[in-house]
Formats: sequence, C-alpha cells, structure tokens
Amino acid sequence: MDASAAKLIGAGLATIALAGVGVGIGNIFGSFVSGALRNPEAAPRVFGNVLLGFALTEAVALFALVIAFMILFVF
Amino acid sequence: MAEMHSPMEQFEIKRLLDLKIGGLDVSFTNSSFWMIVAVIAATGVFVVGMRQRALVPGKLQSVAELGYEFIAGMVRDNVGDAGKQYFPFIFTLFIFILFANVLGMVPYSFTPTSHIVVTFAMALFVFLGVTIIGFAKHGLHFFSFFVPKGVPFVLVPLLVFIEVISYLIRPVSLSVRLFANMLAGHTMLKVFGGFVVAMGLLGGWAPLAFIVALTGLELLIAFLQAYVFAILTCLYLNDAIHLSH
Repeated sequence: MDASAAKLIGAGLATIALAGVGVGIGNIFGSFVSGALRNPEAAPRVFGNVLLGFALTEAVALFALVIAFMILFVF
Repeated sequence: MAEMHSPMEQFEIKRLLDLKIGGLDVSFTNSSFWMIVAVIAATGVFVVGMRQRALVPGKLQSVAELGYEFIAGMVRDNVGDAGKQYFPFIFTLFIFILFANVLGMVPYSFTPTSHIVVTFAMALFVFLGVTIIGFAKHGLHFFSFFVPKGVPFVLVPLLVFIEVISYLIRPVSLSVRLFANMLAGHTMLKVFGGFVVAMGLLGGWAPLAFIVALTGLELLIAFLQAYVFAILTCLYLNDAIHLSH
C-alpha cells in the first residue's frame, strides 16, 4: 500500500477513540440530569464537578486528535 | 472559491525580532508577544481593579475579588491550610493560562497555550516543584506514596509499577490536555470559517451561526482548561503534602 494512503487510514482509525469519549460524556451529563431530577437542590453544587469531568473526558478525545495529527503531519 | 489557507497556519511561530545569544535562538516571537500581552492585561486588571480598595467593590474590583476568592477557595478545599503558601503560584498559573486562552480567542491574535512547548514547560515546572515539595516534607518516606494501602502482598510490585508510571505521566497528560484543547478549538473554528467562504453568500450563514455558538463554547473551554490545570495542580500538591490517595 502507498504510505500516504496508509497514513490517511491510520488517522481515520485514530478517531475511533471518539466512541469511548462519546459514551463517557453522555454518561457524565446523563448521570447529572438523572441525579438533578431526583434532588434538584443539590444540582448546582455538583455542576462544577460535572464540568470538570466533562473537561477531563473531552481531553481524551483530544489525545486521539493529537495522535491523528501526528500521524498526518509528523511522519 | 477563495484562496485556501491551512487551518494550521494560525499556529505558526513568527519571529518579530531576531535575537541570538551564543548558539541559542532567543528571538522575540509572536508567541512571546502574546504571552507578554497576557501578563500585562492580567496585571492591569488586578492593579487597576484594586486601586480603589473600596468596601463596596466596583465592576473591575469585583472581577479581581471574584477571581481571588475562586482560586483561594479551590486551594483551601483541595489542599487545606498547608496549601496557603502555594496559593500565589496557583493563582498566577490560573490567571496566566486564562488570559492566554481568552486573548487567543481574539481574531488575528495568537494563543501561546496552543503550543506544547509552552504548556509542557508549565506542567514540568509543576511536576518538579510538587515532587521536590514531597521529598522536602517527607524525605524518603515520600516513596510510600507509590505503595497503595490494603492490597494483597502479591499485587504490590505490579501496583507500584503502575503507580510510578501514572505519576511520571502526569506532566504529559497535564500539558497535552491544555495544548490539545486549544489546538483543536482553534482548528475547528478555522475549518468552519473555511466552510463559510466555500458555501458562499447563500449557504454560508449556517456555518457562520455555528461559529458563533462554537465561539461561546470555546470561551467556556478557555476558562475550563485554566480551571482544570489549576485544580489538577492543587490535587498533585495535595498528594505531595498529605501523601493521600
């Protein structure tokens, strides 16, 4: 196979990580909404933690992005 | 179609002033320029904001006090009283990253934090500092941090290995998180900006509206990443000071 073609396939494969991140972010906000509906008064207090969890999970997707960029531009 | 620019073009480092000391390239670049702008803007907000020292704060003083209280509360909650002496460092770190991120959202500006070399330098400084604090406080007892309590004896070598690896990977994950967020956000804005041009006067409004929403999200991310960097620094500091797990 042509090396440049393999590069494109590899960069595409690197985005599979998004599946896990999608589950993760959905889980965070899903849990937050179900928790907030059970106990609406506690919701504002945990929202900061929700955002922190969101940022940490999103970062995993961006690690995959960095790998995709490295495959595309570095090698 | 208009001329195409690479979405990565915005991250290009340009030398504004050529400087060489010995064999070392210490040129004044657009990155250093925007870092200085961030420092000046941050200093400006706090110096001008706190000049009045009013009992009932004005607008700018409220901003300064809110920022101070926010980080002070974070250090208090996460590190406890022992963290008080490290508050100035964490506050400076937070404000610098926040201003660098937010100023990077200004069109035609440059985001210093979108370069791994900048974020990794900060993360490595945090990592080395925290490790030195740990050793200074606990001496060789600091190594007990890597041995989890209450696990079967057989598992200890494996767990120590995992703990050491996860400890050493901290500066990498800390820096890549910030850098990748900034890189991805700005690239995404640029890509959608390209869609606006490509879809022309009739269809271009849809991606333009998306860019507006995305800019709001990016401002949130700019704040959130500065917050995450600061709070993780707090957590690492807490680990080193209290050897807690």
